[in-house]
Amino acid sequence: MDVSILGAGPAGLYLAILLRKAGHTVAVHERNAPDATFGWGVVFSEETLGALHDADPPTHLEITDSFARWSRIDIRYRGEVVRSSGHSFTAIARRHLLAILRARATELGADLRFGSELEEPPQADLRVAADGANSKTRQRHFRARVSPQGCKYVWFGTDLVLDAFTFAFRETEYGLFQAHAYPFDERTSTWIVECAQGVWERAGLDTATEEESIAFCERLFAEDLGGARLRSNRSLWLDFPLVRTPSWHKRNLVLLGDAAHTAHFSIGSGTKLAMEDSIALAASLATEPTLDAALTDYELRRQPVVERFQQAAAESAGYFSRTAHYTSYEPIQFAVNLLTRSGRVTHANLAQRDPRLIRRIDSWFAGRAIAAPPVFAPFGELPNRLVAEVSTPDEVAARVADGYGLVLAGPVEVDSASPADWRGAVALKADTRLGLRLTHRGARAGAPCVAASPIPYGPFAPVPTEVSDLDAVLRAFAEHAADAAEAGFDLLELDMADGHLLAGFRSPLTNQRTDEWGDRHKFPLAVLDAVRAAFPRTLAVRLAVTDWAPGGTSVADGIAFAKELRAHGTDLVHVRAGHTLPDFRPDYQRGYLTTLSDRVRNEAGIPTLVGGYLTTLDEVNTVVAAGRADLCVLAEAP
Amino acid sequence: MQVGIGLPNTVPARGRGALLEWARRAEAAGFSTLAVLDRLRYDSVDPFITLAAAAAVTERIGLATMIAIGPLRSPGVLAKQAQSLHEVSGGRFTLGLGIGARHDDYAAAGVDPSTRGAALSTQLAHLRGGGLSSVDILVGGSSGTALARMARYANGYAHGGGPPRAFASAATQARAAWYDHGRPGSPVLWGQGYLALSEPERGQDYLRDYYAFTGPFADKIAAGALTSARAIKDYVRGYAEAGCDELILFPTTLDLADLDRLAEAL
Repeated sequence: MDVSILGAGPAGLYLAILLRKAGHTVAVHERNAPDATFGWGVVFSEETLGALHDADPPTHLEITDSFARWSRIDIRYRGEVVRSSGHSFTAIARRHLLAILRARATELGADLRFGSELEEPPQADLRVAADGANSKTRQRHFRARVSPQGCKYVWFGTDLVLDAFTFAFRETEYGLFQAHAYPFDERTSTWIVECAQGVWERAGLDTATEEESIAFCERLFAEDLGGARLRSNRSLWLDFPLVRTPSWHKRNLVLLGDAAHTAHFSIGSGTKLAMEDSIALAASLATEPTLDAALTDYELRRQPVVERFQQAAAESAGYFSRTAHYTSYEPIQFAVNLLTRSGRVTHANLAQRDPRLIRRIDSWFAGRAIAAPPVFAPFGELPNRLVAEVSTPDEVAARVADGYGLVLAGPVEVDSASPADWRGAVALKADTRLGLRLTHRGARAGAPCVAASPIPYGPFAPVPTEVSDLDAVLRAFAEHAADAAEAGFDLLELDMADGHLLAGFRSPLTNQRTDEWGDRHKFPLAVLDAVRAAFPRTLAVRLAVTDWAPGGTSVADGIAFAKELRAHGTDLVHVRAGHTLPDFRPDYQRGYLTTLSDRVRNEAGIPTLVGGYLTTLDEVNTVVAAGRADLCVLAEAP
Repeated sequence: MQVGIGLPNTVPARGRGALLEWARRAEAAGFSTLAVLDRLRYDSVDPFITLAAAAAVTERIGLATMIAIGPLRSPGVLAKQAQSLHEVSGGRFTLGLGIGARHDDYAAAGVDPSTRGAALSTQLAHLRGGGLSSVDILVGGSSGTALARMARYANGYAHGGGPPRAFASAATQARAAWYDHGRPGSPVLWGQGYLALSEPERGQDYLRDYYAFTGPFADKIAAGALTSARAIKDYVRGYAEAGCDELILFPTTLDLADLDRLAEAL
């Protein structure tokens, strides 16, 4: 078969090598000169190395001969260095990697044509576009979504030879800067500097020259660099382009590597994914009977892997864009939050890789040397971080026996039931604390019902009457709160979620009042004040942080409202989202409420309780140790 | 996990004989369910009519739409069809619903495709509000909104097919949606796949034609068809491990040998 490849990056060259070995005729077309490479070092995992070994032992040997290897991550933050060991990284100079691949491709008889300015791969039996994240071929022939992801960043090199993957954080008058740095040969390390758009502009970097940017970053990280210089290689400030392409091939044209998909640099997987694409494509071409079948097979094999990495990369990029909110953390918790950012590393993984670090976080978390995992650390008066929700008094005893820190009972509807119904359960609680949720179901109560405005909860649902006697509702909440205090409950949860009455007042989707209660915060806060006055112990608010619906409340609205809740004496926010009206737009990924909880906790400055279908103690340990929530509802997996 | 089989109601050149014989043989072979697909503009037999005919020549086997494109019918008409089928089959019917992916089906039905999600919600609210109380309902679709709709109105989830790992990931999300809606227990989970055992190339040609409207994805769907007993065993095991309750394998040709070979492979 006659194959034309556009782009002599790692993906294109590696594919050329593998296809030459399979006996195909291969031409590689590259716009730039052979040594005009950009970027410094690239990172690989052990798993990728294994795949490279199987695919082409000679290049594997050369690559591993010149690899930098290390097993530690240093997190430099607030004048401390938290060191985590037991990891496994390898990196190589991108320039050197390309030289090895070029030499091998040439040796195998691939036709490498540099300085060849093309818009797409020329005619051949198979045309491969490996022309990078800004692929012209993709723009011409494929539907793709490209959007900026994460912060502003710039890619430098430095003469400093690091012995660990290093994350360095520096506060400035403009905001927080962070560096991602790692060694890649015996003389040089990669040093990527990153900051939020606003920070970048305030620091004047949007108008700075390349030399000025280097000077700024050298001053900023002077202590971390220990006198070493930063070096430029067309080092411009960039937005990371997130590329997602639903389909990677069309007739005999196929996308490879960054041309098809990118993964944020903070998980260091771009080159790895690109070279694994080459291996998969070569394998599919070898095993499938037709070109069509091979390209389909390649796509079927690679897309799920790429999606997993893109999901992790999105979590990681999101974390690095929020770091300014974590600067009140102690260094050890800051480090654990960083290490577990993408969801790929958990408390349990770290306990295996780096037991010393886990002992340190556990004992820091518990405030004493002999410590159980974070889930078993007390929180205020609660003996641990686990919460169970029960809807009948009979379930309380079982959950107490299971050892939950908090059993959250209810809901009790203020217009129809009484906390006294749960009095028997209060007697059972032992060490476990018992909470009660107070609600008014509003538009979801069934006919007849009342709500902020006459908007039914979905099709065929009863149309609620606009509630007029707000004082009566407020008094009912306050009286029930007093009854709950009298009955001996340790915690009261006020329901402002799930499309119930108070949530309905807070959302523009369901509050269209023109009277004073059209101020959407006013009635929920009035009820909160009355309940706060009547209940002396811990007061939680179950909050729909966002409606997850067009025209509804945003995450930023929810965080702003959580600050008001705190100012009005709320002790804890139970994070919920959606359900304001039935057809909302959730994303039920694992831990789907965790990032919302993280944002409320760290941006509104209030403790949080989160559910979101967390089914394992490892998830709970990770969430609470990283400071993403204080308490977790543990769900039962099937 | 139970294994059901599809009826070839969308495979061209089928006729009364092929459909009825397929139904009889499926029941005799011990499959749990007979399922059908729904397309308006493709050469096919209406799903409810197909199942009504199958109901007349079988006694025990379950009957299901996997899925029917709900919004193509008005809520009242759909409820009547489903209720009628449930009655004439002696209570054997499960109604799987989704929004489908073809705009030309919507054009042919005179229904606006841009509001089809909301239309399906309205339909489900009608069915659940008393229009159809006794029939189990499944809802399909992969978006968060579809999963929320499933968790609010349905008894379970109808997955759209793919390798076991894709099913496992969707199953976790379906359970999370269920939990998020405060539903006790877990949703019933149905999966599906395509068979092309005796005449794999012909079966895959059919899939490429049936899914031509998806463009490049047609090749991927065709490549995913199960063409050997070994592939079936792996697929069935993978789905069972992922927590599937009912796996439906659809034919891609009219060859009855596929039905027998599937029964042997299980």
